[in-house]
Amino acid sequence: MSNEQPKSAYFLVQNGEQEVTHTLSVLVDDEPGVLARVIGLFSGRGYNIESLTVSETEHESHLSRITIVTKGTPRVLEQIKNQLARIVPVHAVKDLTTIALERGNDKPLERELALVKVCSTGENRLEALRLADAFKAEVVDATTDHFIFQMTGRTPRVEQFVSVMGPLGLVEVCKTGVAAVSRGPEGMMGEDA
Amino acid sequence: MSANKQTTDTILAGASISGVEMNGAEMVLQAFRDNGVEHVFGYPGGAVLPIYDEIFQQDDVEHILVRHEQGAGHAAEGYARSTGKPGVVVVTSGPGATNMVTALTDAMMDSIPLVCITGQVPTHLIGNDAFQECDTVGITRPCTKHNWLVKSIDDLPGILHEAFHVATTGRPGPVVVDIPKDIQFAKGLYTTGQRRYHKSYHPQREGDAHAIRMAVQALASAKKPVLYTGGGVINSGDGATAKLRELAELTGFPVTSTLMGLGAYPASSDKWLGMLGMHGTYEANMVMHDCDVMFCIGARFDDRITGRTDAFSPDSIKIHLDIDPSSINKNIEVDIPIVGDIEYVLAAIIHVWKEEQRKTDIPAVKDWWRQIEKWRGRKSLAYRKNDDVIMPQYAIERLYEASKNHDTYITTEVGQHQMWAAQYFGFDEPNHWMTSGGLGTMGYGFPAAMGVQVAHRDALVIDIAGDASIQMMLQELSTCVQFDLPVKIFILNNQYMGMVRQWQQLLHGNRLSNSYSEALPDFVKLAEAYGAVGLSCEKPGDLDDKIAEMIEVQKPVIFDCRVASLTNCFPMIPSGKAHNEMLLGDEVDDEDIDKAIDEEGATLV
Ligand SMILES: Cc1ncc(C[n+]2csc(CCOP(=O)(O)OP(=O)(O)O)c2C)c(N)n1
Repeated sequence: MSNEQPKSAYFLVQNGEQEVTHTLSVLVDDEPGVLARVIGLFSGRGYNIESLTVSETEHESHLSRITIVTKGTPRVLEQIKNQLARIVPVHAVKDLTTIALERGNDKPLERELALVKVCSTGENRLEALRLADAFKAEVVDATTDHFIFQMTGRTPRVEQFVSVMGPLGLVEVCKTGVAAVSRGPEGMMGEDA
Repeated sequence: MSANKQTTDTILAGASISGVEMNGAEMVLQAFRDNGVEHVFGYPGGAVLPIYDEIFQQDDVEHILVRHEQGAGHAAEGYARSTGKPGVVVVTSGPGATNMVTALTDAMMDSIPLVCITGQVPTHLIGNDAFQECDTVGITRPCTKHNWLVKSIDDLPGILHEAFHVATTGRPGPVVVDIPKDIQFAKGLYTTGQRRYHKSYHPQREGDAHAIRMAVQALASAKKPVLYTGGGVINSGDGATAKLRELAELTGFPVTSTLMGLGAYPASSDKWLGMLGMHGTYEANMVMHDCDVMFCIGARFDDRITGRTDAFSPDSIKIHLDIDPSSINKNIEVDIPIVGDIEYVLAAIIHVWKEEQRKTDIPAVKDWWRQIEKWRGRKSLAYRKNDDVIMPQYAIERLYEASKNHDTYITTEVGQHQMWAAQYFGFDEPNHWMTSGGLGTMGYGFPAAMGVQVAHRDALVIDIAGDASIQMMLQELSTCVQFDLPVKIFILNNQYMGMVRQWQQLLHGNRLSNSYSEALPDFVKLAEAYGAVGLSCEKPGDLDDKIAEMIEVQKPVIFDCRVASLTNCFPMIPSGKAHNEMLLGDEVDDEDIDKAIDEEGATLV
C-alpha cells in the first residue's frame, strides 16, 4: 500500500501521527481472570505491551494495581484507556505519563528491579564488582564463582547495567517490569482513595 | 434497555425468597424468576442435568429445546432484540459451550443482552481434561461483556443477579456464568441483595451538561444537518425512539440509520433518507458526505458506514452520542462527544433546545432539503422489473406489501438478501428488525426468528434468507414444529452465495470460486420432511398469491422463491471509495463494474 493515499475502508491510522510511549496505572478488583482480561485485550486488539506488572496493593479491599507501559499513536492510546475502562472489574485507568506532563514533569516516577547473575573469575570478577558499585547494585548472593546483583532504577539504567555485565560473565537476568506512581502528594484515586 | 432495568429493580425489591436455603440448580431457576425470565433456550447434557431437573419440576419458566446450541444463542438474540428483555440460554459444558461461541460473539458485536448459563465439570476435575471439559471462561472472555466461573455456592446468587444486571445495563451485551456440576448440587443461602458485586461497574446515564449545550448550539447553527442513528437507539429503549422522533420533528432535520438502527425512525416519514453505508441509498450517503453538522446517535462509525475514513464527511462538525466511551474517536475523530444513555441525553438536548428557544435555520435547511430532493430524484433503489423472472428486489417489495396489515417481525441471514430486505422493506417501529450486523453471521436469521416467535406468538415472523445461509441452521425447523412456532422462511433462492459472487465479479475477474450453490436440496420436500409446509414460486405473476398462502398457513413454512440468479446489490460504495463515489444500479454497466475497485481497494476489503 502506498503511504500517501490509503484507500481502504479499514484504514485507521492517520499519516504523520507519531507513536509515543505511555505508562498506565490500572486499578482492578483482585479476582481470577482479571489479568487475562487485560492481557487478552492488548493481544486481541493488537496493542503493544512493553512492560506489565501486577500485584495486590490493597489487601482489605482486594484491589490490585497493574502498571502497563505501552506505545501507540495518541488515538490508539485513547482507545486503550477506554477499552481498559470497559472491563467490568476495572475501577480506574490513569495515564501517569499524561499526568506527569500536565504537572510539568517529563515522566512519572518509575522503577524497575533486576536480579543479575554473573559468573566469572580474575579481572572480570573484579570489574563486575566495581561496576556494580558504580551502579549502586547490591550483592545479594555470592560464591567464589558467582555474584547475584540486585539493581533498582529506571528502565534505561537497569538495561545499561545488564548490558555492561554482558561481557563480564552474565548468566541470567530477571526483571520485575516497571512500577510507577505519579510524583507529588496526590494518590491515584484523588484525596479519598 | 430502560424498560428492563426497571423490571429487574422492582422484582428484586419485592422478592421475598431471599435467605432461603436451596441448591445451586434451584438458585439458577429462582434467579431466572426474580429477573423476570419467562423463556430459556437450551440443550441438555451431563454438566447441566441438575438444572434440567429443576426445569422439569416447575412451570414458571418455559424451556425451548433447540437442535444446536448456536441456534439457542441466536434464538435468544432474536428474543432479546424483539422484546427489550435479556435472552437466556442454558447449555452444557465442552461442546455445548463451544457451540455457543458464534452466538456470543454475534451478541457482543451487536450489543444484545444475553445471559448464558454453561455447565462445567465438577470443581475438583477442572484442569484435568475431564470428559467434556473446556476452558469456557477462557474461550468466551473476548466474546462476552463479562463472564464468571462460579467456585463457591455462596457466590452463586450474587453472580446470577449481577449477570442480568451487567448484560442489560450500559451498553448491553452477552455474559456467561459457568457453573460446575458440584456447585449445582451444593446447598447455600439464596439472596437477592448482592447485585452491586463489582463496585467498578457503573455505566454513565446522564450526559455532560456542557457537551449537551455545545451540541444544541451546533445543531441550531446547522445549515446542512443530518441525524445519523444506529442500533443504540433501539437498545436504549422506547423512550429513546420517542425522543429521536421528537428531535427530528422539532428540528426538521433529515434522518438516516445504520443497518442495526432500522425502525427507530419510521421509514414512512418524509424526513427518512433510507439506510446509509455500503449499500445505503444515494441520498443518505450524499447527505453524510456533504453535511455541515452530523449528529451520530448510538452508532459507531463502522467501516461499512464510513467508507474510506480520510474522505468521510470532510466538512462537518460531528457530535457523537454513545453510552460506550470506547466507541468515541475510535474510527472517526469527533468534535462534540457525549457519553450517556440516548433516552436521557436526547431528552436533555430537547429540553435545552426549548429552554434556550433555539430555532432551526429554516431558509438554509430548506435549501438543504431541495438538494436532498435532487439526490432522491436519482432513485437509487430503482431496478429493472421483469415479467418472466422474479427480481429479488420485487420479491421483497411484494412481501412488504403483503405483510403491512400484520404485526410483522423480519429477521435475515447474511448476504444480498439481507441488504435487499434492509433496502426494500419499510420499518416503522423499533424491535421489528433483527439482523446480524457486526459479525455478519450466516445462520443467524432463522433461529433468531424462532426466538422472536416465542416472544410474540401471534405475530407474523419472517426470516428473509438466502439459499446458502439457510442451510447453516436449518435443523431448528424441528424446534419450530415441536413448539408450534409458525416462522416463515422466505428464501431468495438465486442458487449462489450471491454476495460472494458479487464480490468475485467486482474483485476477482468473475472467477466464481466455490460460490455456486451446487446440489441444493428440494426445499419443499425438506419442509415436508420436518412436518412443516413447503411452497415454491418461480413466476412474478404467482408471487402475491403464494405469499398470501404462506401468511395464511399456521405452521412453519419454507418458501422457495426462485429469483434471478445474477442480480447485483446496488447502490454500493465499493471498498476504498468515499460516500460520493457510489455505484448505482440502473446506471452501472459492465465496464463500470470492472473499474469499480482499483488494485489497492481489492487488497483491502
Ligand atoms: C458463517 C459465515 N460464513 C461465511 C460468511 C461469508 N459470506 C457472506 S455472504 C455469503 C453468501 C451468502 O449466500 P446466500 O445465503 O445464498 O445469500 P445471497 O447473498 O445469495 O442473498 C457468505 C458465504 C458469512 N457471512 N458467515
